[in-house]
Amino acid sequence: MNNMEAPPGANLPPSRPNRGSRLLVQMAKRYDLYLMLLLPIAWYLIFHYGPLYGLQIAFKNFNPAKGIFGSEWVGFEHFTRFFDSYYFWRLLRNTLTINLISLLLAFPIPIMLALLVNEIRSKAYSKWLQNITYIPHFISVVVIVGILTVMLSVNGPLNMLIQTFGGDPVRFMESASWFKTIFIGSNIWQNMGWQSIIYIAALSGINPQLYEAAKIDGASRMRRIWHVSLPGIVPVIVILLILDVGQFMNIGFEKILLMQNNLNLEASDVISTFVYTTGILKGEYSYTAAIGLFNSVINLTLLLLVNRFARKTSETSLW
Amino acid sequence: MSQRTPVNKTRHTAKDERCFDIVIYSVAAVIMLIVLYPLLFVVSASFSDPAKVLGGEVWLLPKGVTLDAYINILQNDKIWTGYGNSILYTAVGTTINILMTLLAAYPLSRPDLPLRKGLMLIVTLTMFFSGGLIPTYLLVKDLGMVDTMWALIIPGAVSTYNLIVMRTYFQSSIPWELQEAAHIDGCSNWRLLISIILPLSKPILAVMVLFYAVGHWNSFFNALIYIRREEMYPLQLVLREILLISQSDAVDGSVGLEDKVLLAESIKYAVIIVSSLPVLIMYPFVQRHFVKGVMIGSIKG
Repeated sequence: MNNMEAPPGANLPPSRPNRGSRLLVQMAKRYDLYLMLLLPIAWYLIFHYGPLYGLQIAFKNFNPAKGIFGSEWVGFEHFTRFFDSYYFWRLLRNTLTINLISLLLAFPIPIMLALLVNEIRSKAYSKWLQNITYIPHFISVVVIVGILTVMLSVNGPLNMLIQTFGGDPVRFMESASWFKTIFIGSNIWQNMGWQSIIYIAALSGINPQLYEAAKIDGASRMRRIWHVSLPGIVPVIVILLILDVGQFMNIGFEKILLMQNNLNLEASDVISTFVYTTGILKGEYSYTAAIGLFNSVINLTLLLLVNRFARKTSETSLW
Repeated sequence: MSQRTPVNKTRHTAKDERCFDIVIYSVAAVIMLIVLYPLLFVVSASFSDPAKVLGGEVWLLPKGVTLDAYINILQNDKIWTGYGNSILYTAVGTTINILMTLLAAYPLSRPDLPLRKGLMLIVTLTMFFSGGLIPTYLLVKDLGMVDTMWALIIPGAVSTYNLIVMRTYFQSSIPWELQEAAHIDGCSNWRLLISIILPLSKPILAVMVLFYAVGHWNSFFNALIYIRREEMYPLQLVLREILLISQSDAVDGSVGLEDKVLLAESIKYAVIIVSSLPVLIMYPFVQRHFVKGVMIGSIKG
């Protein structure tokens, strides 16, 4: 506890607001830590908070010549134009359904996979299962969509299988009705292994005595999973669910963009891809900034709602 | 779903356990097959005669083995430029990522840093709300980064998630007493970081390098919006052209089994293999580190 010199000590009481000068002394002592932070914090301000400042163009008619600040205000004009447009409901419906189905189907599967891994007694076998299911996570989106196109093409293995059983080949990638199935199915294929890691870790932290006790009480393995394993990982499930909802409106945007074509647009047109095609490709910056803002606001609202709900019902939450 | 506990315990449980094991092991086997099949198919198809692939003759093993597709790729300049660009972007990008993440994570891990909570808030808030695509695009454009490699590197210089993982590691794995002792010996914070923290952080640094490098290698969207000059395309954009754009052309026009179509078709498989190779070769060696990274991240939740 001998800190006479400049170096900081650990147990300094947190400085109170009325002792501003003391805070300054503490800060000055550690000026080199702030020096380290200088670049990263500047980066955060520019690249995360800068775009927030730029978001004002959602309420303006952005004119590159006048700049973000100089362009004139138009209020909620872009928002009303979006809500009144014929594609508004299509975009909203696609965005919500794709993400809702993803949440319902793709969210529980890694949990089930983790429970499965946890039940396998052979260490080697369970390692194989884990290592194999992690592989697709490292494949790029472009390659995943490439694999999808070749697997599902008219000459691909799946259509060959269909034809062997006397069916007609299906143009999966060019069909609006198949789009969501393919998108969500391949997401599950790619991510179930990777997403199960956290659950597997949580499962291994459960006290083995709980299983023993349940066994002595005559609980079958299914019952042990249901009454010991699952409750043991509920906090982790809740946290990941909240985080997933926090990304609700943005899930898989890059992949949707790559899978999109004129023939499946009816099902694949979502808010984020629309912002890209209309904003970046066609240059309607203000209009699409407004749409993006609408997207973010829904997203944040959902996150706050779910977090609040989780805190009330399960006492687990992000904050 | 739920399996009843048999009334006559001792007799039936052993049998039940057996059945249960069989079900578990078979389900696991099916899952492994489903995950592996598309990958094996692509590998086989890449070594097969394209006519046989298009004819649907290839199921699992290569038919009419040939290396034509690979030879063709070897001669394709676009792919090699893309490869070179991707290596460059990945190397420079990852270096900057690591430096920036380190410089942010270490001070923020220090319990004695005044205003730490506020600074941390600046960082974590960005996980939940962002300006969105358009304002970010305009910003990068205004900064004059379009059509330079910096557009792919600087806007993503720090991943907040990785920052939090690294900070958690510093807090939980490096004893604070050690840092205090170094201070008493008159060690400055910079020296502390370089000669004490870094050597103790090799595992987490490895994880971070891998996370960031794979991210750079696999990313395509930033290049799609910021890079217009073809000679600057990273591999993933070249891939997108070969795998996805040429395909939609083939759908629009009349699909004849011309040589050109055949060739284009056969290259697809080989190109998937060639582009994924660096990551997949690394995979067995580094897989453990990746998993560790996810675990460290999950401590914080």
